[in-house]
Amino acid sequence: MPSGAFLDYVDPWVNWTWLSTHIPLFVAALQQHLTLTAIAILGGLALSLPLGIAAHRWSALRNPVLAFFGVVYTIPSLALFALLVPYTGLGVLTAEIGLIGYTVQILVRNLLVGLESVSPEVLDAADGMGYRPLARLLRVELPLALPAMFAGIRIATVTTIGLVTITALIGLGGLGQLINRGLIENFHTPLVVATVLSIALALVADLTLVVVQRIAIPWSRGSAA
Amino acid sequence: MSVLIKVAQWFADPAHWSGPDGIPQRLFEHIQISAESVAIGALIALPIGIALGHYGRFGTLAINISNVGRALPSFGVLVIAFQVLGLGNLPILVALVALAIPPMVTNSYVGLREVDADVKEAARGMGYRELAQLVRVELPLAVPLLMAGIRTSAVQVVATATLAALIAGGGLGRYVIDGFAQQDYTKLFAGAVLVAVLATATELSLSGAERILIPRGIRLLKAPVARRATTFKTA
Repeated sequence: MPSGAFLDYVDPWVNWTWLSTHIPLFVAALQQHLTLTAIAILGGLALSLPLGIAAHRWSALRNPVLAFFGVVYTIPSLALFALLVPYTGLGVLTAEIGLIGYTVQILVRNLLVGLESVSPEVLDAADGMGYRPLARLLRVELPLALPAMFAGIRIATVTTIGLVTITALIGLGGLGQLINRGLIENFHTPLVVATVLSIALALVADLTLVVVQRIAIPWSRGSAA
Repeated sequence: MSVLIKVAQWFADPAHWSGPDGIPQRLFEHIQISAESVAIGALIALPIGIALGHYGRFGTLAINISNVGRALPSFGVLVIAFQVLGLGNLPILVALVALAIPPMVTNSYVGLREVDADVKEAARGMGYRELAQLVRVELPLAVPLLMAGIRTSAVQVVATATLAALIAGGGLGRYVIDGFAQQDYTKLFAGAVLVAVLATATELSLSGAERILIPRGIRLLKAPVARRATTFKTA
């Protein structure tokens, strides 16, 4: 019987020596993770602001918009990516179509909740002060809808950071790449460290947004997330 | 267009409708593991959320557990469960239950918390004891959000169960994962269609159940439920 050190080797949850020599790998993964998340949030905002405002302005649009993105949101990300792959290939475009689709659902919903919660008295007062519709929207309704919108941005950011890991299956993944590597090579360290980093990234991003919200729109204090 | 024609042919092929890798078997596996996970998750989460909401304690925890749940990367959780527990259904079940719990805790907490204080006062005045008040007054009023929590969890569990194929699990995710691995885009697309249809059917059937289960008097007040329910997506 060979008393092999190889056979007796137990893979620790985190191999610190390996980790200390592979830090650039994690930095690169983290960068890709942040980039994919930022594109999804900014793209989602760029789409959902006009969509949300239009759906608020023309109520006939409201239910179709919510229903369409509701269906998109229900489709599991892996399935959505797989449905897109024959058309858009493996890569950033496929990933972002999916991720942006999900953020739009969260952001439009929250923008509508915010716009609909502006009290009629406030709107009356604004009209009475002579605001035209566009000025009323920009200077009265949107500022009052911002706290709800911000809550949506927080949910969308945390959700997207989690979902980005799944894009590992279409050749991206950010930290998900390292989870995938851990799975394929049966090696605990990248898997555990990348999962912990992904959770930490989501929580840090959420806290950062809370701080930004406090500073940027102090009138939102006390409103629920 | 040729993709869609090939996919239609894939669905028309009787070979894909029988045997251990056939659609009925994969569908059954997918529904079975999802139903088990949601049921176990509900047994753990609903009593916690209901108790916290009834006593009005640990509200920050009950709300923030959903935020923590959202931050969990389902892919990583599944693979770690696989490394700890090995092959089989157990790691999948453990990971899915963990992901099913947060939305049910938060939504049931919010549902009970938002029962009007005057209504509770009136129940007390009518002589309801605490347990009777909870079961006969507070719970019926909280049904819309309890159901919203179960629905949210169920849709996410069905979605995440797709990833179980990555750790050698069954279910409809098998077609998607194998399709990627074999670069068989027809199988990939067909699997994705099946997964998308199952997730949408779960959402629709549970919203239907919600409509039936919500007491008639409360249905009149139900408009803002969608607004108060916690959204959740992990896969």
